[in-house]
Amino acid sequence: MTDTAVQAAPFDLEKIRADFPVLKQMVHGKPLVYLDNAATTQKPWAVIDRVHKFDSEEYGTVRRGAYFLSEGSTRMYDEARKKVAGLLGTPDPNEIIFTSGTTQAINLVAHSFGKAFVKEGDEIIISNIEHHANTVPWQVCCEERGAKLKVIPVNDRGELILEEYEKLLNPRTKIVAVNHVSNALGTVNPIRQIIEMAHKVGARVLIDGAQSTPHMQLDVKALDCDFYTFSGHKMYGPSGIGGLYGRMELLKEMPPYVTGGDMIQQVTIEKTTYNPPPSRFEAGTPPISQVIGLGAAVDYLQGLGLDKIADYEHSLLEYGTRKLSEIPEIRIIGTAREKASILSFVSDVIHPHDVVTLLDQDGIACRGGHHCAQPTMQRYQVPATTRASVSFYNKYEELDALAESLRKAIKLFS
Amino acid sequence: MSYDKELYQQVILDHNKKPRNFREMEDATHSCHGYNPLCGDDYTVYLKISPDNIIEDASFMGSGCAISKSSSSMMTAFLKGKTTEEAKVAFEEFHRMVTGDMDPEKEDHHLGKLKLFVGVREFSSRVKCASLSWHSMVGALEKNEKVTTE
Repeated sequence: MTDTAVQAAPFDLEKIRADFPVLKQMVHGKPLVYLDNAATTQKPWAVIDRVHKFDSEEYGTVRRGAYFLSEGSTRMYDEARKKVAGLLGTPDPNEIIFTSGTTQAINLVAHSFGKAFVKEGDEIIISNIEHHANTVPWQVCCEERGAKLKVIPVNDRGELILEEYEKLLNPRTKIVAVNHVSNALGTVNPIRQIIEMAHKVGARVLIDGAQSTPHMQLDVKALDCDFYTFSGHKMYGPSGIGGLYGRMELLKEMPPYVTGGDMIQQVTIEKTTYNPPPSRFEAGTPPISQVIGLGAAVDYLQGLGLDKIADYEHSLLEYGTRKLSEIPEIRIIGTAREKASILSFVSDVIHPHDVVTLLDQDGIACRGGHHCAQPTMQRYQVPATTRASVSFYNKYEELDALAESLRKAIKLFS
Repeated sequence: MSYDKELYQQVILDHNKKPRNFREMEDATHSCHGYNPLCGDDYTVYLKISPDNIIEDASFMGSGCAISKSSSSMMTAFLKGKTTEEAKVAFEEFHRMVTGDMDPEKEDHHLGKLKLFVGVREFSSRVKCASLSWHSMVGALEKNEKVTTE
């Protein structure tokens, strides 16, 4: 039985679960318990149906054709951009650039911002708990431009050490790139403060929002951040779509990343002039259906309310943390005071890969591995962790099932 | 019987807890480091091979999951006293078994107890765990062959 001292979901949970058809299925004879939401989230009917309707009735190319289908598609595509702008908190939809996801968004900034603003001897700061997608592009940028990569250390709880960050900042710092929520540990970073401190030395800030966008109310303008990235498939939308918020004054100064059709003003054999943002950064036919689906996902999230989502997911996380803490063989990695949606843990008795195989036999989907964050694993001297990541469609009972299945696995291995 | 019981059989669990030949080998004639970047399994396999191609000793060191560790443990136990040719045949058979191309109950093979790992074929994500040290063993042998043929 679930503890009674938990906060009930602030919405009709069973109704919400019915919105997600995938959740109904049985896996190995047990009801599916989907706890890999940090990797990718499931899709509600609202997204599935919207994409289906668009593909079957409304599909046309965007920004090109002067005919019914194309004009309709273009209008819906632009509306989706407005929805995303609203979700992130910018009044200017032209500050939203669609990309294939966070990885491409960060690569875009590392390339284009790098080309425009990073010179030899400059410095770029990341943290010790970044996803490889927010590590490797900056390593490449530094290598190509002769810049230096500096790393903000973390304490044992998984919190960035801001005193050390302050020491790294100086007038040579061109950009600071950190995540809002760590995908490996669940730490919520104090990005408002990080941004403020960077701006004091004239540095720009990119926030990797892959793990935060679906879990909390955002306001890029209030945060005063320069770049913010997100992935559609982690926010109940289609895969292959995501994007970048960029401050317009910076986007205007940045050269294109990918070039080709649709991003140009005029092309002659001698010279090409580029469109203003966002079009400058969206060469080629975009993933149109995916953008429409993303717009539907934004509507769905806002319909539930990001504040309510954050509250309930926080209760789930606290509950799961308590349940796992009761198992003596388990050690939670990442115990920051501010956390969101992610529970990462290890055991001396059983390796994460064996854990996830055994959990799967009980219908529970968790991730075991380094979570594309090998420097984080190295910091905590573990080869891998098991990660359970919650969503608003999860139930307390599912965390009970996780704890029970873990006890069983540990017993088998003891 | 559920698949997990078939995968995590008592012998496999025992080799995971008490791996055999789990040591570095100072007088190894061959060694090869194997790493699975996907999940971080990380082992070095050591072999001591006589001039007439008999594997006199085999051991391994490193870290990883129960499947990779018990597979390495049982492989090293199996290899001792075998010829390098027999080791290569066993690798082929083991690989075919865990990828589902060979049913040890229906076909002739030389794997003996190693047929316990047949359950791995139901878990495509774990095939690499079971075969990592086998690949390292072959890697070690081939390196040596290359050296000797030069």
